[in-house]
Amino acid sequence: MDDIMILDSVERYIRGEMSLDERLYFENLRKTNPEVDQMVVEHTLFLQQMNRFGEWKKFKGTLHDVHTDLAEQGKISSAKLKGKAKVVYLWKRYKRVAAIAAVIAGITTLRITMLVNSFTPQAKDPKVQELVHKVNVLQQNQKVLDQKINIVDRNSKNQKPIIPTPVRFNGTGFLIDPKGLMITNAHVVKNSRNIFVQNNKGEQFKAFVVRLDIPRDVAIIKIDDDQFKSFTSLPYGIRKTGSDIAESIFTLGFPRDEIVYGEGYLSAETGFKGDTLSCQITIPANPGNSGGPVFNYNGEVIGILSAKETETEGAVFAVQSKYIYQVIDELKKNPQYKNVKLTAKTGVNGLDQKQLVKKIKDYVFIVKGD
Amino acid sequence: MKPENNEEVLLQGLARNDKKAVETIYRENYNMIQVLVINNNGSADDAKDIFQEAMIVLYEKVRSGTFELNCQIKTYVYSVSRRLWLKRLQQLNRYSPSIENLDGFVPVEEEIEEHEKRDAEFEMMDKAIGSLGEPCKSLLEAYYLQKRKMQEIAANFGYTNADNAKNQKYKCLMRLKKIFFTHYKNWNGNG
Repeated sequence: MDDIMILDSVERYIRGEMSLDERLYFENLRKTNPEVDQMVVEHTLFLQQMNRFGEWKKFKGTLHDVHTDLAEQGKISSAKLKGKAKVVYLWKRYKRVAAIAAVIAGITTLRITMLVNSFTPQAKDPKVQELVHKVNVLQQNQKVLDQKINIVDRNSKNQKPIIPTPVRFNGTGFLIDPKGLMITNAHVVKNSRNIFVQNNKGEQFKAFVVRLDIPRDVAIIKIDDDQFKSFTSLPYGIRKTGSDIAESIFTLGFPRDEIVYGEGYLSAETGFKGDTLSCQITIPANPGNSGGPVFNYNGEVIGILSAKETETEGAVFAVQSKYIYQVIDELKKNPQYKNVKLTAKTGVNGLDQKQLVKKIKDYVFIVKGD
Repeated sequence: MKPENNEEVLLQGLARNDKKAVETIYRENYNMIQVLVINNNGSADDAKDIFQEAMIVLYEKVRSGTFELNCQIKTYVYSVSRRLWLKRLQQLNRYSPSIENLDGFVPVEEEIEEHEKRDAEFEMMDKAIGSLGEPCKSLLEAYYLQKRKMQEIAANFGYTNADNAKNQKYKCLMRLKKIFFTHYKNWNGNG
């Protein structure tokens, strides 16, 4: 209560509402009591600011009213632009954006044309093209040369020569158990002596083929490298049953050295010429995507991307995921792998696309063979 | 009446927040600014914002008492608006090729800097009062901005007597002053 009275007095003092006696008494109090003095100074500043703030607010109000009035009376042009003025305004505002968009569209068209052209002549006789990435011959020769120089160099230092093997082609693979068992296409690894897998961070691990199932075009490989750290679990599951037409899907793969995301839909329940092993999907796929996982948005693997029809644009085939279970069942006959267990349960259900891909991408690898 | 006298009268009116004067200045200058803004990559809403801000700069200038009208109101408003719009364009990273080349304006850099500082202070005060919530906001506005008497406020807000209202007002005021002085020190501390 005391504080309230003092504040009241301070306010009356600042506003000059005190009688002479009161004023003298208060001024005396101010001199003897520094706290009161401090309060007067502070409150004066505050009240000044409040007053100016009040006037500022009032003036803003006036401006607002005046604007509304004048616009209603038609004395200033109203906020709505009509006819040509609007077009001119939009043009002026967006002409730069339009120019940039046009340039981008032009470049994109050129790129797509180049891409289409680069695909067409490569098409082999069979109508289905396996999407294995054959590494450029020239680049290979360059590497061989480099290695020879390396060997000569090492020989000169009396060291044992190491002959690194040149990479011949690569595809994509993904983990099916946390301990390093991976799946890819048989055609990616069937002619390879040495296999390496590389994750999105660029770390490379040695791997070997555990099982090759050429009719189904499925290969199981195992990472065999001390550097590889097992995961605790996989974020995605592998679907046991078939999938429905029109289901939205996406794939992650390595058509280049970087992981690439592509999205599309399941277009037919069977594959090339009625092949019941596979299904047809519509998705952008390039050499290097072979062996990559095909996911639905629940985070379930529904297939393994395997091949592409060269005569029809956009038709890509994937081995259905249920055959992964069959291949694994056969693998379990080998006592060394009798404990392998696949899971159909997904741990990423309900995440949005971006989160989903972020969770999954560490489990997808480049598979390199020679 | 000579035009200069006329403008002086208008400015005096403006300083008093006289609606007639404000309306006259508004009517005579608004369209010019709208053309300026729209021709330079802005919308009608942008024009309204910029013009009203320029009006506030003029208002503050007139009220400060140091304002000498050595150009027409039109020139002054135009110069301020042009400068403000240029700044806004830079902030938005939009681009306008022609605005730099316009001539016939007076230098207004200092005013705008001062204005921006004050504007930030007022915005802060506005936010602070808003953050108090009810009944504090209305209570303080009624007493300090509308300058109504405590008895009247007590009746309006349903307090049994002026002392109760005063009590409540005191609590609200302490909260506001605390926010205000924290920011105020920050402001002055930052220059």
